Amino acid sequence: MATTLSINGKPRQVDVDQEKPLLWVLREDLNMVGTKFGCGMALCGCCTVHIDGRPTRSCITPISAVVGKQVTTIEHVATTPSGKKISDAWVELDVPQCGYCQAGQIMSASALLANTPKPTDAQIDQAMGGNICRCATYVRIRAAIKKAAGIEEGATA
Amino acid sequence: MSTVLDLDRRAFIRATLVGGAALAFEAKMAIAATPGAKPVMMNAHIRIGADNSFIIGAQNPEVGQGIKTMLPMLIAEELDVDWAQVKIEQTLSDGKLYTGQIAGGSFATPNHFLPMRRIGAAARQMLVKAAAARLGVPEDQLTTGSGKVTHAASKRTLTYAQLAPDAAKVAAPDLATVPLKTPAQYKIIGKSHMGVDTSDIVAGRPLFGIDVSFPGMLYAAVECCPAYGGTITSYDEAAVKALPGVVAVVPINTSYNPKGANDAVAIIANSWWVANKAREALKPVWNDAEARKNSSARFAENAAELYKQAPGADILRRGDVDKALAGAAKKVTADYDYPFIGHANLEPQNCTALYKDGKVEFWAPSQAPERGRALVAEMMGIAPEAITINMTRIGGGFGRRLMNDYMAMSGQIAKAMPGKHVKLLFNRQDDMRHEFFRPGGWHSFEAGLDKDGKLIALKDHFVSYGADGKPIQAAGMGAGEFPGPLLSDICYCVSYMKTNVPTGFLRAPTSNAMAFVFHSFLDEVALAAGKDLPEFMRSILGEPRLIPAVQGQYGEFHTGRALGVINKVCEMSGWKGREGDGKSGGGKGRGFGFYYSHRGYFAEVVDITVRPGGAVHVDKVWVAGDVGNQIINPINAVHQVQGSVIDGIGQTLLGQVVTFVDGAGNRTNFHDYPLPRITNAPSDIVVEFVLSDNPPSGLGEPALPPVIPAIANAVFAATGKRLRSLPIVPANLA
Repeated sequence: MATTLSINGKPRQVDVDQEKPLLWVLREDLNMVGTKFGCGMALCGCCTVHIDGRPTRSCITPISAVVGKQVTTIEHVATTPSGKKISDAWVELDVPQCGYCQAGQIMSASALLANTPKPTDAQIDQAMGGNICRCATYVRIRAAIKKAAGIEEGATA
Repeated sequence: MSTVLDLDRRAFIRATLVGGAALAFEAKMAIAATPGAKPVMMNAHIRIGADNSFIIGAQNPEVGQGIKTMLPMLIAEELDVDWAQVKIEQTLSDGKLYTGQIAGGSFATPNHFLPMRRIGAAARQMLVKAAAARLGVPEDQLTTGSGKVTHAASKRTLTYAQLAPDAAKVAAPDLATVPLKTPAQYKIIGKSHMGVDTSDIVAGRPLFGIDVSFPGMLYAAVECCPAYGGTITSYDEAAVKALPGVVAVVPINTSYNPKGANDAVAIIANSWWVANKAREALKPVWNDAEARKNSSARFAENAAELYKQAPGADILRRGDVDKALAGAAKKVTADYDYPFIGHANLEPQNCTALYKDGKVEFWAPSQAPERGRALVAEMMGIAPEAITINMTRIGGGFGRRLMNDYMAMSGQIAKAMPGKHVKLLFNRQDDMRHEFFRPGGWHSFEAGLDKDGKLIALKDHFVSYGADGKPIQAAGMGAGEFPGPLLSDICYCVSYMKTNVPTGFLRAPTSNAMAFVFHSFLDEVALAAGKDLPEFMRSILGEPRLIPAVQGQYGEFHTGRALGVINKVCEMSGWKGREGDGKSGGGKGRGFGFYYSHRGYFAEVVDITVRPGGAVHVDKVWVAGDVGNQIINPINAVHQVQGSVIDGIGQTLLGQVVTFVDGAGNRTNFHDYPLPRITNAPSDIVVEFVLSDNPPSGLGEPALPPVIPAIANAVFAATGKRLRSLPIVPANLA
């Protein structure tokens, strides 16, 4: 049965099992591999996308649950104002090491900034606590979020 | 200006710089060629575009250590071009063309610092010779910079692109004697350069092994025997094949077992999600009675038994340690242990392969792809020359991908589907259980102090895993373990027990465990001597001097370099001697740790808080490191250290333990095998490098080990409790 999804502002048709997680539809059926597979149980945050603006783990989200909703992925997030600020800060501070988790980190950070333009350290910890970085680039993740938010280095909002 | 790469030219290249054909680089470079004009290949690492751009081959696997940026920086520096003119391409893995294509042991910096620069310098010299001939002037009147050769006297300038066709015909100079820049002349080395893939990572572009995609590609999931060393008895092939989307079911060998003793079943489908789900219908039966006898409980019983017996073998013995201990004014004894732990790369193990006409091509996220070639050749019974290996970016190495089981499996799977690309991917449970674990171990220490509190004797009985008097992979201990080589009465000895558990190298292998046991114990001995650990370390290290290597035993060690970082970190952190010992209250503590590994000297101080309930948080860390006379890419160097420190925090405090039950590891995902999260990261990790007159060495590993004893020592300072087992768990501090 063909399903129409709204991905990055465009309608996309796929003919797959309704239970297939959005992650695998993106990666296998739409060849959008920026969204990453890490754990399959919403434990690491690698697969984070925005669904109607909310950060969501696509590895446990069947496509049946996203019909009629707006999906935004890493490939498109820099077209949003907060996504642009976050992506620019990520590049400027050279946040990635291996880079595998960073799509998920950027999606979580973009959603944070969209709703909380000047996050406190506690708000950053809370919003980013679901995203694992195995290389542990956390010092720079914090700094990049603050930079994107226009919070001075060392200061807390 | 352009040159078509013809057969004569290939023959020329074969005869020049790298002593072999540069076809691997050429093949990769073709896609990066300037439209309408093919670049000129100077050697296996450098091609010059008609637009005076410089395509530099990055020859080593990139796991996040920054080598895909750093090795090309070295080449570009000596080629004397601007970094903005450089485009970087990953080369193929090809042991005939390139040396040392491996991400391990923090070896890339020490092993390639000179060779990569020489490759750039040789190409530059060939360009200068071509310019001298073209302009009719002596070479020494020519200068280079920004990809141009200039004759100042006649105000003439030629771009490298204009010179490249002639330069490529110049006989390549002797790499050993080609002149190199002095540090004062560096324009690229020592300046911060962003990772070459950073923009692509941030944009979500395909880079990693898991991202490899081909039209009509198939996907494979594997069901491996849970108990290591078991084999397949039976499985329900018909039930799996009946599922929509499933294409084939193939028995394979993970490479744990000898060739022929298959221990896994691959399910191949038109979707990985389908293949992975189809495992529910497989109903495998394993021949694993023997393999299931392995368990952590049994290992602990074996260790207790081995401690009742005399040690099996000496690792280091000097003087008469028993006599020295008998005469000691004070003795300190303690037993330490640490568990098996895993790598938990965030990108699960994967590999894509195409088998066609008796040849196999891989897209492999491997830290050691040439070892992978050898393993595949053996497991598949094909010639190494019939294997082509494309290196992908790697979503975390940490030593797991020094092993190439996924390549061996991927090759077998592809062979079952000739002419089709097949991508093998582990799920998280596979990745956690089908591992090469950092082995656990036990240490029983006895130290002797003289009446002045000087360390005069040290004994360690290490119990580890091995057979026939030899450790299995990554389960050994070095004779050079500090402070062994500095003492005249010393004995490190070992007893081994057998295990079926696959073991392997984890970032700073052996060091990550030894740092904890040795430098926690030294803090105990320091306390008995009435000193703090830095002061006690200074008393052991003595005058700055080189302790020479002893062939077959240990490498060299410089006490002055150790003192340099110890003194530096004390200055940085405002170290005021032993504080607390549980009396300071408020759960605050400060600890110190030192470790020397992978040619790097590191000393670290941590401030911690023990929260109500016993959870430990690391508040701030100071790191002083000595990795030689040159930090090549500072922005990355600091970041490698910060990542290493938080990695060490994870090993120490988060409950990382793999327990073996019925022959299998019991951890399955991040809920039962926790990795550090942003909430575990210190507010700051201050890093400074002490520059010493030594060649530059690597930074992927040596900053990790010292943070582990520093935390354990801080816990003692905060609580008065000496915790001698890793991980440090809240229950022991509540």
